[in-house]
Amino acid sequence: MAPRLKLFLPLLLFVVLAGFLYRGLSLDPMNLPSALIDRPLPDFTLTALADGGVLRRADVIGEAALFNVWATWCISCRVEHPYLQQLAASGVPIFGINYKDEDDAARRWLSELGDPYRVNIVDKEGTLGVDLGVYGAPETYLVDAGGVIRYRHVGVVDERVWRDTLEPLWREVLGLEQAP
Amino acid sequence: MSCFKACCLALLALVFSASATAVIETYEFSDATLEARYQLLSEELRCPKCQNQNIADSNAPISQDLRRLLHQQLETGATDDEVLEFMVARYGEFVRYRPPFNAVTAVLWLAPVILLLAGAAGILLLLRGRRQESAALTADDQAQLTALLKTQEKNV
Repeated sequence: MAPRLKLFLPLLLFVVLAGFLYRGLSLDPMNLPSALIDRPLPDFTLTALADGGVLRRADVIGEAALFNVWATWCISCRVEHPYLQQLAASGVPIFGINYKDEDDAARRWLSELGDPYRVNIVDKEGTLGVDLGVYGAPETYLVDAGGVIRYRHVGVVDERVWRDTLEPLWREVLGLEQAP
Repeated sequence: MSCFKACCLALLALVFSASATAVIETYEFSDATLEARYQLLSEELRCPKCQNQNIADSNAPISQDLRRLLHQQLETGATDDEVLEFMVARYGEFVRYRPPFNAVTAVLWLAPVILLLAGAAGILLLLRGRRQESAALTADDQAQLTALLKTQEKNV
């Protein structure tokens, strides 16, 4: 290499390093890939929040739906709650997984803030949560009609998340054409 | 004196109460080897919520759950591989601080070696270049140099 060009080596190294660091700015380290994508929703036998009746996996699959992991101790869940109601009103079935929560507090929350859920699965011990790979609320899973998990979103579901990521997948799962 | 003693005792109690609250729950093991394996596994498993902590160090609810599951599984006779498989099936390779070598983790495992070799190669090239520069002075140059030095000696 010519001695002149050698002088540019530090600059070149800096550019490469800066490139990596710039990429790092837009990466979210909390956004872990789920190990359960394209795997069936785990089996469970738990109770329903409303009446304490037994709920099994077979009771909640059969049509494409969202499974929303929430709890009354989770602040972000309160943030996304109005949007979930909007989604439910537009016809998207949403099942709730009440994660490590108190039943009374959860029922009070639903009667005060409204109830967007078809039914709520009580996961007091977090066993279903562990099987799903949940590590905090809120998390939202997109499950197709065959009971296969297609996508996992960690964090609040809002209009932007729905429009940019969930809705295209939702349409795909339903077998609809892509939105123009 | 008794007052001093009481104060000392109170301070001592304070010290111990602080450490008592910091202790993460303990489990009873039917076998000492199980406890040793529990320690090893809980140090290798990574907390998915509080990244860069293992589940032995973390007090996050998810780590408590995973420790409880780990204890349960070890007591029911699961092997280390079965435990790790269980965790990886739910939380992905991320939960292991020492992920297995495969196509996805190849960069992770090989990057340090490659960088080390690249650094060594760089240093070697640099040293060789320097040696050549100093060696370039010999032969004709050396003869010229001695001639110059001689003429200078004469002049003086």
